[in-house]
Amino acid sequence: MDSGSPPSARPGMTTRARVGQSLLQLVVNIIVLGSIYALIACGYVLIYRVSRVLNLAHGELMMLGAYLVLATASLFNGHPAIALAAAALLSLLAGALVYVFLMRKMTGEMVLAAILTTVALGILIRGVLILIWSAQQQYPAQALGVTNPSFSLFGGARISFWSAVLVATTIAVYGTLLGFLRFGRWGMRMRAAGQNPLLAAQRGINLHGVYALAWCLSTLTGAFAGILMALDSGLTTSMPVIGLKAFPAALVGGLDSLAGALAGALIVAGAEVLLIYYVDPLLSDVVPFLVLLAMLVVRPWGLFGTREELDRV
Amino acid sequence: MFRPPPRASGYLHIGYGEDLALVQTRTERASLAVFAILLAVFPFVASPFELDLACQVFIASIGALSLMLLTGHAGQISLGHAGLIAAGAFTTGILAREINAPFWITLPASALTGIVLGFIFGLPSLRLRGLYLAVSTLALHFIVIYLGGEYETKRGFSTGIVVDPPRFAGMKLTDGRAWYFVLLAAAVVSLLICVNLLRSRSGRAWQALHVRETVAEALGISVARYKLLAFVISSGMTSVAGCLFAYYRGFVSIEAFDLFLSIQYVAMIIVGGMGSLLGALLGAAFITVFPYLIEALLRLLPNVQKLAGEIFAVNYAAFGVVMILFLIFEPLGLVGIWHRVQNYFLLWPFRYKPLTGARK
Repeated sequence: MDSGSPPSARPGMTTRARVGQSLLQLVVNIIVLGSIYALIACGYVLIYRVSRVLNLAHGELMMLGAYLVLATASLFNGHPAIALAAAALLSLLAGALVYVFLMRKMTGEMVLAAILTTVALGILIRGVLILIWSAQQQYPAQALGVTNPSFSLFGGARISFWSAVLVATTIAVYGTLLGFLRFGRWGMRMRAAGQNPLLAAQRGINLHGVYALAWCLSTLTGAFAGILMALDSGLTTSMPVIGLKAFPAALVGGLDSLAGALAGALIVAGAEVLLIYYVDPLLSDVVPFLVLLAMLVVRPWGLFGTREELDRV
Repeated sequence: MFRPPPRASGYLHIGYGEDLALVQTRTERASLAVFAILLAVFPFVASPFELDLACQVFIASIGALSLMLLTGHAGQISLGHAGLIAAGAFTTGILAREINAPFWITLPASALTGIVLGFIFGLPSLRLRGLYLAVSTLALHFIVIYLGGEYETKRGFSTGIVVDPPRFAGMKLTDGRAWYFVLLAAAVVSLLICVNLLRSRSGRAWQALHVRETVAEALGISVARYKLLAFVISSGMTSVAGCLFAYYRGFVSIEAFDLFLSIQYVAMIIVGGMGSLLGALLGAAFITVFPYLIEALLRLLPNVQKLAGEIFAVNYAAFGVVMILFLIFEPLGLVGIWHRVQNYFLLWPFRYKPLTGARK
């Protein structure tokens, strides 16, 4: 029963959180970690809300985006902006491919089968990525030729450039997504498909198109998170662990609520940073899941989620 | 769930004993005898490597059988199976290390740990279903692993706990062949436990609550009780598998029980075929042998030196592909293929399927 897992390294966030000294630094750390979780969690929420599938390959798809930067960086040497845009575009395409070639076949199957398909996909992606780029730590920032200066904020707290970009990206992504789902034509279709797929299809909404769009957007936002994290603190194949840790954030807020994911991410990040700082750094990997269990006991459908019938075996 | 096809003819039973017998026809008896002889002869002709592989398959079978009880029959999804194996292995490791406990203490202690944890893992199932239950077992897996890791670091065993081989009447169990028969016996006992549980009241109750809980409740089945029972029995057996694993490997480390192991166990019951104990055994054998198979295939290729360092990555990718192929193209698993082959010969020279619903 040799598990053959890649050597696991602790995610970069933990060490940085431990270094934090002042109260203000803790607040900054919570905001950065919360932004990471929120940016990842919105991918889970998008797919779950539209197609009721839990995508456990999200962490791997996010990592795929980060590795794609390595590929595009060597292709567009000296043009970091073009390389980043190309990587984002490629991950959008990857999301569409995943839906068209894999998840489309799983529509209408058991929930367990759909979840396991995403799990298998994740394992496949991880294996292929290690085959191409090896399991060693990579530095996309070096490949792109960009630096990561650190800024001093008021009160002695510090934040690195790419963390700041990540926080800004999270805000922008959430703003765009909320607006798109509320006012956009396709956003409205996505909400309709999520509420009642049968009626939506009867009204002429192209369900496959809507589902594919959800996968595209989810992979794209995931790739944003993966790329920015990799630019900030390097890239290893243990990145999916962070993707998995962001799932509790989505569930705490409510799996079908985008605003909830934001709140959930801040709660989980707050609990994680504070417990690591005041209790034990080893707790880093379990805190999100402790929060998740607490939420499942109290309110399984999350803070802002709709109280659906939890009967989908 | 897959039901085996109706036999060519019915069998006449004129007593309860005959009806309850596990092996009913002459063909079944004969094939069982041949299989038993093969199993008994195997360790004397196999290389040490093949022997080790067989032992791993037996340990995996116990875990897969217990997961099949829980997921394939009682319908409760669990993604935390590796956590339970870890719990059994760590109970054994800690007891053997701290108080030098012999195996007849660590084995029941591991089972007890599994039972207690199974009760805890099972509690969310009273409220949650499907996806949410899967997520809660996933969370519990991480917590068990955290506790194990915490013990390792705090006690200074950061690389892992060394477990001495068990002693039977003053004799150390280190020989590969002896291990083979011990683990074979353990696997057979687990299989018998599962078979008998499934054809008794509890098994019927699980089937009922798998299909529809409301109807099961209306039939007078205590849903809460039987759900918890399924978790408790399954976890107890899994932890025993963990205990055997710890003794067999002689070493317990938290790295061996990551999420990938849980997924491997779920893959075993998927690849084997949901709802069939035979499927659990086939799946356990397939998934355990699979990485070695891939390695052997890779060795056949030219310029293999380039891939040698990345063999686990190839394994990962191939494992993902196989799992996806089974989920999409053969949801009934290996057992489905087996029944199709059986059907072909049963019906020969005809080619059409028997009437569906003939014996539901």
